[in-house]
Amino acid sequence: MKEKLEALRDETLQAILAAKDLKELDEIRVNTLGKKGPITEVLRGMRDVDPKERPIIGAFANEIRDVLNDALEAKKEDLEQLALEEQLKAETIDVTLPSANGFVGGSHVLTKVITEIEDLFLGMGYQVVDGREVEEDYYNFERMNLPQDHPARDMQDSFYITKDTLLRTHTSPIQARTMEKHDFSKGALRMISPGKVYRRDTDDATHSHQFHQIEGLVIDKNITMADLKGTLELVLKKMFGEDRSIRLRPSYFPFTEPSVEVDISCFKCGGKGCSVCKHTGWIEILGAGMVHPNVLEMSGIDSSVYSGFAFGIGPDRIAMLRYGVNDIRNFYTNDIRFLEQFNKEEE
Amino acid sequence: MYVSYQWLKEWVSLDGITPEELGEKMSRTGIEIEEVKELSAGLKKIVVGEVKECIDHPNSDHLHICQVDTEEEVTQIVCGAPNVAAGQKVIVALPGARIVDNIKIKKGKMRGEVSNGMLCALEEINIPQAVTPKEYADGIYILPEDAVNGDSVFPYLGMEDAILELAITPNRADALSMYGVAYEVGAIYNKEVTVPSFTGQETGPKTALEVNATVKETEAVSDFYLRKVKGVTVAPSPRWLQNRLMHMGIRPMNNVVDAVNYMMLTFGEPMHAYDASKVGNMEVCFAKEGESFQALNEEEYTLTAEDLVIRDEHQILSLAGVMGGESSAVQDTTTDVILEAGIFAPSMIRKTSQRHHLRTESSQRFEKGVNAAMPKQAIDALAFFIQELAGGEVCEGRLDVVETEVKLEEITITTDRINHVLGTSLSIEEVVEIFGALQFPTEVMAEEIHVHVPARRFDIHIEADLIEEVARIYGYDRLPSTLPSGAVESGQLTPKQKMIRQFRHQLEGQGCQEVISYALLTEDEANRYALAEGKNVALDFPMSQEHAFLRQSLVTGLLNDLQFNMARQNKDLAFYEVGTVFEQGADRLPIERTHLAFALTGKQTPDTWQEKGKEVDFFYAKGLVEGILAYLNPVETVQYVASQREGMHPGRCADIVIGDIIIGYVGEIHPTDAKRRDLSRVYVAELDVDALNDIAKAGIQFAEVSKFPTVTRDIAILVDRTVTNGEIEALIQEKGGKWLRSVTLFDVYMGENIAEDKKSMAYQCAFNKQDATLTDEEIEQAMNKIIAALEETYQAVIR
Repeated sequence: MKEKLEALRDETLQAILAAKDLKELDEIRVNTLGKKGPITEVLRGMRDVDPKERPIIGAFANEIRDVLNDALEAKKEDLEQLALEEQLKAETIDVTLPSANGFVGGSHVLTKVITEIEDLFLGMGYQVVDGREVEEDYYNFERMNLPQDHPARDMQDSFYITKDTLLRTHTSPIQARTMEKHDFSKGALRMISPGKVYRRDTDDATHSHQFHQIEGLVIDKNITMADLKGTLELVLKKMFGEDRSIRLRPSYFPFTEPSVEVDISCFKCGGKGCSVCKHTGWIEILGAGMVHPNVLEMSGIDSSVYSGFAFGIGPDRIAMLRYGVNDIRNFYTNDIRFLEQFNKEEE
Repeated sequence: MYVSYQWLKEWVSLDGITPEELGEKMSRTGIEIEEVKELSAGLKKIVVGEVKECIDHPNSDHLHICQVDTEEEVTQIVCGAPNVAAGQKVIVALPGARIVDNIKIKKGKMRGEVSNGMLCALEEINIPQAVTPKEYADGIYILPEDAVNGDSVFPYLGMEDAILELAITPNRADALSMYGVAYEVGAIYNKEVTVPSFTGQETGPKTALEVNATVKETEAVSDFYLRKVKGVTVAPSPRWLQNRLMHMGIRPMNNVVDAVNYMMLTFGEPMHAYDASKVGNMEVCFAKEGESFQALNEEEYTLTAEDLVIRDEHQILSLAGVMGGESSAVQDTTTDVILEAGIFAPSMIRKTSQRHHLRTESSQRFEKGVNAAMPKQAIDALAFFIQELAGGEVCEGRLDVVETEVKLEEITITTDRINHVLGTSLSIEEVVEIFGALQFPTEVMAEEIHVHVPARRFDIHIEADLIEEVARIYGYDRLPSTLPSGAVESGQLTPKQKMIRQFRHQLEGQGCQEVISYALLTEDEANRYALAEGKNVALDFPMSQEHAFLRQSLVTGLLNDLQFNMARQNKDLAFYEVGTVFEQGADRLPIERTHLAFALTGKQTPDTWQEKGKEVDFFYAKGLVEGILAYLNPVETVQYVASQREGMHPGRCADIVIGDIIIGYVGEIHPTDAKRRDLSRVYVAELDVDALNDIAKAGIQFAEVSKFPTVTRDIAILVDRTVTNGEIEALIQEKGGKWLRSVTLFDVYMGENIAEDKKSMAYQCAFNKQDATLTDEEIEQAMNKIIAALEETYQAVIR
């Protein structure tokens, strides 16, 4: 009996080792250990065995059953592992195949520039104030110290709707409207006003009848031209790099005095001279000045107590300079191949 | 304004200062220099030659063969100028020379004849034809007889000089003369200015007996002075004067006219000379409406009653301050001249100049204002200068027809004030020194500095003007850099601004590209697709029909952008724009509202190797709108109401209604509109951002997430096709009880096995209770209420 069981064990172990898949393995299990299998048969036929030998045979049979069970289990794990490996191998893909992404959107490059400037000034406690695009002549010109006969307000420069209303030529009227409302007992006025402006220009590579402007204004009791210089230095360095320096050149705007043009050292060549800075090392970037006393007084602000600075930035010009865009019309004709180039993080 | 560096040196010492350095310094301290141009720059090997012999070219009807002595040799040069003749001293470009535009002169043959160079006209050596004397305009220039053969021509033409081009801002009209520029340069280098003097003897009869004038319009004429010079000999001016005028941009005419122009350049006071024999009793008045005037430039002008003129009994003699008349112009035969100096109202001159498109050196100066103290000095100088150039006798005395006393500004300022504005810490001594450099006399009394502003700086009236002078002479580079002190409010965006930024993020995240289109459109474009029908805002004088009306909708602009792209084979486009729309309401100023719009065409996602992309459709567009509105979370429900809009697909457009306000619409562009633009299907939406900003929002109210399971029930109903999903959903929501969390449509069926006027709609209702598991009975009750309501209201048949 014992020999028979040993032979069965060896035979079955070999069969387990040779099994090629889970199904075959399962057949072996059923055939050997199942209800009708030889081991069960041995255990079932125990009553016919000599009672003295019964425990020995029984123990031996159980031992064999355990051995076979272990072997079956081990083989099963092996086979499962093998099957998984084969499945994974079959599922391998070419990871360089194109993705299934959707289309990518983004902000207009001018919005990007404007947002960048807004965020810089928000961080310094400025409000962003929007305003009307059709303005009264009074707010657009007179309140900016451009009285009726002023040469700088010739008809051909602006789009009039009626005799008294026009498309704003700058975002300054927002400043006039904000100044007259501001409660200075609650502190300084610090604002920027971004938006579209319109001038009577024939569209070409460098002119557009519609463009953008961001004007800034700070009014308080002790605002100096040094504050203007420091503020612009800070902002322009943030925008064009910490290595930039700025210089002020005298200029003329009716609404500021002193008035200055602000240049930055060329961000392309660092000041050595290149095509971007027309070989001067400097790029004209914005106009600024101390708010003209007439402008303050017309807004009901006592110019002997309060002073302020103002500046005007052209986002179109900034974008053209920064990215080397050589035709302003690109901003308003909206070719997707032009626009999508700016849907990237700034370097 | 052009300024000759060499001439300027006669006024201010410029030792050790190159023209470039001067230009840079001026730009940095007050007056922008557009360009510094060495007159001989780019020119080479251009010498004096003498035409020894000049014969006609045998094979040409206009060429001449000249033997030209250039000192080193006598060489043959073929010349086409009609005025070339033997005996002339001429400008010779030798072989190897460079002339205008960097053209190189080579030896060659012209129609078989050797030509070893070129005889030059002035424009060929970079002097614009517009300023060359008329007698040489069509030919070569003839140098003076004493020019030495072989010498460089530059000294003879005043070209060993540099010209600075000044960009004069409106406030610095004082620099429209050598006088003004000299004082400016004197100030920035702290140097003395030498003003040239023009004096002589008045040997003629009394002026008052010789001329007669009245000024009728004293409002428009603050000063009017006359002088007379008798017995002049009109002839070309001396070469130095002609050269100087040419390089300063003025064409030499004759000695009298040149003297007038030279004095204008010198003192900034435009004046005029009349042929006295053509002038009767002068009167300064307005022209008669429609009166015609023959001007010096050979043009005829039809004047208006707002044009100021100087006339006599017979005719208009000149358009005041703008241009003289043909009939009384100084000619070769003129012997007696009347000189006029005046000051005319700037705005009047500007309007006349604009009205007749006639901008002259004179009008440009009067428009910007002239030194009120100058006319008397200038007209005296002019009379003696003419005498010097053209002989004759200056009549005794000046006729002061109208005279206005010059009011000199005296401004009091303190260093405190200056330092307060500039952020500097200048001392009284430093400030006084700056005013000294500017040649503004000062008196210091304790803390106060009294500044006497000279008449030449008529731009300076107030304290701020003086502070600017101090700042620029002190130097902007030397200003400290500080940041504004004082209390700072927190800078933050307004709710509307934040909302717009959020919309941008959402749309961009879903693949939309922002565009910025033109706000000015054609009349038809401007109001098409407008959310609410309104009146267009029209420009008074548009530049073109394309940009004549302000948009009432952003959609047209977006369609223009789509069209522009499709024409360039850019497909599958999703554009959005945020901008202002305009409508003329009852008020003077139009109603302006901020709108948001998008336009979609082509695919939602690109075609890939795995599958084809899906085309955008109404529901995709609606989804973008819903995303935005879901974020806003309005208190009132959002309804999509089928609507008919001009330019939109009649069956595929919905008004978006919140409460009872139409805040926008979404739909398909009418296929006819799309086809007109060569577009396929286009889906758009336009939302009123201001209305969205105003609507009540539910805000964020946190609720504990339920620990109990959500139970769903499906229900399929058969209803009339006319019943909308919106109506059914609203009813289910209303009747579903407080445990109903959501209603989701998951199937719509129309077709076989269903009556033609019916449709099957299947919804999943989700129920959840915050604090307990829902019982079957509770759900059953809720569903029964829903079913009963659907049966009752829409005669729905439960399937």
